[in-house]
Amino acid sequence: MQTLRLLLRYPSAAFGMVIIAMLVALAIYAPIALPYSEAIRLWRGGEGVWQESPKNARPSWYNYFPGVNLPETIILNSQTDPALKQRTQLSDALTDVLFTFNIDYTYDGFPQEVAIFFTSVYKEKRPHVTLTWHTPDGRKIQLDDLTVQGSETYYVAQDTRLARSFPGQPAMEVLFGDPSATKPTPLHGTYTLEAAGLVFEDDADIDAKVVSYGQLYGLAGTDHKRRDLTVALLWGAPIALALGLIVSIVSSASTLIIAAVGVWYGGWVDALIQRITEVNMILPGLSILIMIGALYSKSIWVMFGTLTLLGIFGAGIKSSRALFLQVKESPYIEAAQTYGAGSFRIITRYMIPRIIPTLVPGLVGAIPGVVFTEATLSILGLGDPILPTWGKILSDARFNGALFQGHYYWVLEPSVLLILTGLGFAMFGFALDRVFNPRLRDV
Amino acid sequence: MAEATFPLAPDGVSDRVPSKSSSALVRMARFTLVRIGTQAVTVAIAVYLSILLANMGGQVDEIRRGVIQEQTAIFAGLNPEVQQMTPEQKKEHIDKLVALAEKKAGLDQPFIVRSFIYLKDGLTLNLGRSDNMHSDSGSSLVRLIILERLPPTLLLFTTAQMLLFFTSLFMGLYLSRNYGNWIDKVNLALAPTSAAPSWFYALFLILFFAGVLGVLPFGGMVGAPPPSTTVGYALSVLKHLILPVSAVAISAIFAAIYGSRTFFLIYSKEDYVEMAQAKGLHPRTIERRYILRPTLPIIVTGFALGIISLWTGSVTLETIFNWPGLGRLLFQAATIVDTPVIIGVTVIYAYLLAITVFILDIAYALLDPRVKVGMGGSR
Repeated sequence: MQTLRLLLRYPSAAFGMVIIAMLVALAIYAPIALPYSEAIRLWRGGEGVWQESPKNARPSWYNYFPGVNLPETIILNSQTDPALKQRTQLSDALTDVLFTFNIDYTYDGFPQEVAIFFTSVYKEKRPHVTLTWHTPDGRKIQLDDLTVQGSETYYVAQDTRLARSFPGQPAMEVLFGDPSATKPTPLHGTYTLEAAGLVFEDDADIDAKVVSYGQLYGLAGTDHKRRDLTVALLWGAPIALALGLIVSIVSSASTLIIAAVGVWYGGWVDALIQRITEVNMILPGLSILIMIGALYSKSIWVMFGTLTLLGIFGAGIKSSRALFLQVKESPYIEAAQTYGAGSFRIITRYMIPRIIPTLVPGLVGAIPGVVFTEATLSILGLGDPILPTWGKILSDARFNGALFQGHYYWVLEPSVLLILTGLGFAMFGFALDRVFNPRLRDV
Repeated sequence: MAEATFPLAPDGVSDRVPSKSSSALVRMARFTLVRIGTQAVTVAIAVYLSILLANMGGQVDEIRRGVIQEQTAIFAGLNPEVQQMTPEQKKEHIDKLVALAEKKAGLDQPFIVRSFIYLKDGLTLNLGRSDNMHSDSGSSLVRLIILERLPPTLLLFTTAQMLLFFTSLFMGLYLSRNYGNWIDKVNLALAPTSAAPSWFYALFLILFFAGVLGVLPFGGMVGAPPPSTTVGYALSVLKHLILPVSAVAISAIFAAIYGSRTFFLIYSKEDYVEMAQAKGLHPRTIERRYILRPTLPIIVTGFALGIISLWTGSVTLETIFNWPGLGRLLFQAATIVDTPVIIGVTVIYAYLLAITVFILDIAYALLDPRVKVGMGGSR
């Protein structure tokens, strides 16, 4: 309680605690909002999972900036909205299926792409579809004819007829562009995509879903694989916190025990521990992680097991040892020995508890290091291949040229979360250090 | 993380007992020898561990064997004499060639024996040939590849470390004299930003200066094509140096200043400093003689440890900036499992670290009159 009151005297500690509390809340919310298996499924993004989301889309709130009016994604599905589809029986074997997709377009940018997903039911004769595009100013643009086989996807950008009639022009500018404008600008109004289908069997049918991919998506935007970034942003929190806590607690606690044992027994035990530490300090830690990642396994547990092991015999063991050397000479240890306490009892009950307070700031301060190590490994391409983490987003962004192509949201979103985590724990650790380390308290 | 903070407690001081008999010179010599000995053993163990790791405990040899077999078979198949042999003869001939090639590569001995040969070669800097990598001059000698990559790393990290060290030293001194002023408060508030590594800030710097403003290059060490004049070349390198050095500086500077300021504050509360103040000495003199002089060994330690931690952080920063240094070389080698290069770089790192630690020990012994040498091997 007193510690808490002391801590709250530092505004940075309060700030750090608020951030940590928010992170913990996010980490608890993540598995509730999106169960682990679901998150993994979405992040793996197999066939059709992210069919309806645009590629590299910015977050939706971009449109709240003044003067920005980027297109959203428009989805029209004849299966959920039967009014889009009109079925007329022409003869015994011939049925006309007419789809009329009206797209209200009031945005300032062009859509990324327009796709039509067809699904059809037939026995032998494949249905036939003719596509026509009507612009608000009354022009009519003829698109491809196609035969629909099972489920088929049609992309306007791959339309051969369009490419032949408007050579060298991007398909979206042909469809949505204002022909009178000198610079490509989209024409506002209602566009109509007409898909006139013919089915040649009685119970044959087709359905169509039109997706006009915008440039915006959701709260966080999407990546190169059309995945919603919120999945990884959300799940990054529990993963980062769990890793940070586990690695720093396990390695600090082991360091403490090993240093205590070494100091208490002295002699060759102490010497051995010292030598191991020296060897470990000469081994370049990150290179070992890179080797393990490249040669053996990229699994996050293997990596962090190694990180913990490397962390145990780090510089911390030296400073703990220096403290234990002082503690060992204290009269109360001598007193304990006189009444007959064994080595185990002295180490666990007398030595370690004495040092724990000085350990806490370091432990808290080590958490950002672990979180950033995950990000470091990811950015080198050695991140866990399955888990959605902040580091993975950053590395995807880097490898897919987000910096060169100006997809800044892609870099900034995970970075903000990473730096907040780093700052939160570092500030808290700084304040703890001042509270637990009286030498620093009044400076 | 690159941190150049000074350790608050100079460890190793408490457990060094002054030796009684021998003269200072003999003690110094013995101390040096013992330190060289222990450092050599430490390096040997560290290098051996990396050899085991980089060879996947011998599994990489299986890959090498496969490559030899395939290449020998293809090569033999081109020989018209071999083409006329019966299948049995052909097989026998190829097997003989494979055995010869394996013997030449040393693969006829068990891995455990070879691992010690590798160790000896590594420690004597006989680094051998790379499996798949080449230096810019086209050589596959690991030594040449590394020698080509070492200068860029040294250039980048020495510049960054110098900047960090002197800024933090003088800012620390200044703030310890004026602690509590607004600069001190701002620095204190910014100190936690050092929780993030340099590559993290590098991303932002690239985003802003290369992406948005377009005034500085995205990465690399010189422009393409490299300028032909020496001055032009130097200017180009300088321009490419700005962002990586800034990234290192931003990621460490505030914590470093905080560390040195706190450190000087603690030392300026010593009785002898107050005594000097009472005598009415000039503040500059007090700084130089009563604060800097006794803390010099710890400052030197901070400098050396700072360099060490920067080296280990070089892999990511160099990869982000496409800086043609040792760190990026190690990363490239690890991704294509080029064992000789991995081991070569690890050996160089181990030596650089060991030499730094060694020089540190000696400097410590020379600079700090309280540290009486002679009880070697306690650090």
